[in-house]
Amino acid sequence: MISKYGLRIVALGYLALLLGIPVALIFINAFQDGIGAAWDAVTTPEAQHAFYLTFVMVIVAVPLNTIFGVLCALAIVRQRFRGRWLLNALVDLPFAVSPVVVGLALILVYGRRDGWVGQWFADQGIQIIFSTPGMILATMFVSLPFVVREVIPVLREIGTEQEQAAATLGAGGLQTFFRVTLPAIRWGVAYGVVLTTARALGEFGAVSVVSGKLSGQTETATLYVENRYQRFDETGAYAASVVLALLALVTLLAMNVIKPKEAKEAKA
Amino acid sequence: MSYLSIVALIPLAAVVFKAFDGGWDTFWNSISSPQAWYSLRLTLIASLIVVLINALAGTVIAWVLVRDEFRGKGIVNSLIDLPFALPTIVASLTLLAFYGPDSPVGINIAFTKVSVVVALLFVTLPFVVRAVQPVLLELDREMEQAAESLGASRFTVFRRIILPNLLPAILAGGGVAFARAVGEFGSLVLITGMIPFDTQAASVFIFSQVESDNIVGAAAVSVVLLVASLVILLLFGWLSKKALRHDQ
Repeated sequence: MISKYGLRIVALGYLALLLGIPVALIFINAFQDGIGAAWDAVTTPEAQHAFYLTFVMVIVAVPLNTIFGVLCALAIVRQRFRGRWLLNALVDLPFAVSPVVVGLALILVYGRRDGWVGQWFADQGIQIIFSTPGMILATMFVSLPFVVREVIPVLREIGTEQEQAAATLGAGGLQTFFRVTLPAIRWGVAYGVVLTTARALGEFGAVSVVSGKLSGQTETATLYVENRYQRFDETGAYAASVVLALLALVTLLAMNVIKPKEAKEAKA
Repeated sequence: MSYLSIVALIPLAAVVFKAFDGGWDTFWNSISSPQAWYSLRLTLIASLIVVLINALAGTVIAWVLVRDEFRGKGIVNSLIDLPFALPTIVASLTLLAFYGPDSPVGINIAFTKVSVVVALLFVTLPFVVRAVQPVLLELDREMEQAAESLGASRFTVFRRIILPNLLPAILAGGGVAFARAVGEFGSLVLITGMIPFDTQAASVFIFSQVESDNIVGAAAVSVVLLVASLVILLLFGWLSKKALRHDQ
């Protein structure tokens, strides 16, 4: 029995010291000058713009990656073509790449001076690096695999019988997809969307490299946290962190609500 | 496929091309410069320590979450994913608040090599736990009971029955944690101070080279990180498969 409690204490102690207490502390630190000061810190024009820009990242990257993710999963599971295994392996690549390398990679293609196609875009009057489009690309890159990875196992589980039945009853490809396939994989897609959103909200390294860090222009919420801290505005840094941490907790909640449904879907 | 290319593949290819723009010699000179070499070594050693601690702590946590019963277990279980959901820069600020100069408990490890390990431990926490947990849930208790009834001690049961069953999952989770640790950036920014030749990890080195316009040097170290991550993922994936075959 000693070993049983011993393990419990070790596990919970480790979690408390690494995770629980430090995260609780940023809430305390954010409100040390009162709720008013924290509220003022996250409603300055720079802070508002930073959260707005983060919102833009999410609203562009998440739908695009969701559409790509579902199509890509369908291709990998349902179709037979050469290079299918390659596509399957390459989709995971963003997981293995450092965010900083992602940023550098985008500069080398889309950067005006260093990039392969940057000058061409610049001639069209489009600036990608050190501007919003580059930051969106960076966000898309790092959050690319989540929907694919969640949808593939569900697609495998549900099989093709219902789709074939729909086809024999005269349903077209699109009709089958929207009436049969999509409803069957919806919780898998939802879980992938939650993970994608969390990553898009929180991305720092990749966005940091391609942003140029212009306060009030190319500064997302995570960059704002760093900027405030470097400028010795601790209340500002902690207050913005608390907002991001609350969003993380909402993400966790969504994960916990959706995961059992996804598991049931995969078994059905 | 073309979406994947525009967003990910072509940019990564560009990094490789840039690294070898000046031939092998330039590449080699870039990664063997003292500062680059130091940062690569720090990243590798810190990541290795992190994987070992994760393998142990992650297995213990998974064990407690599956086999133990206590109040609030559900909440603890959902909090395991917090490092994934929490932005890395917030993680760094969080650790700095508790383990930094203003620590309420007087532990100050900020701007030391220990802080590199702690930051990496924070962000890699979920991987081993989430890999081991489902295997432990599925594990047949009858095997353990049979071994115990035949007179095996609890330690023997763990070593001969439980551990071989968990090993593939521990290796799989460890591999992903390793790859994540090697590339990690955001969580290191505030707590480690990013001091060259001290707490500057490889990803931070790349960042500093991009900022000071040494693109070739940044690309060269990037290629080393890319190759390291891929080798780690393939190696651990292979070890995990081997361990799986072994116990069947």
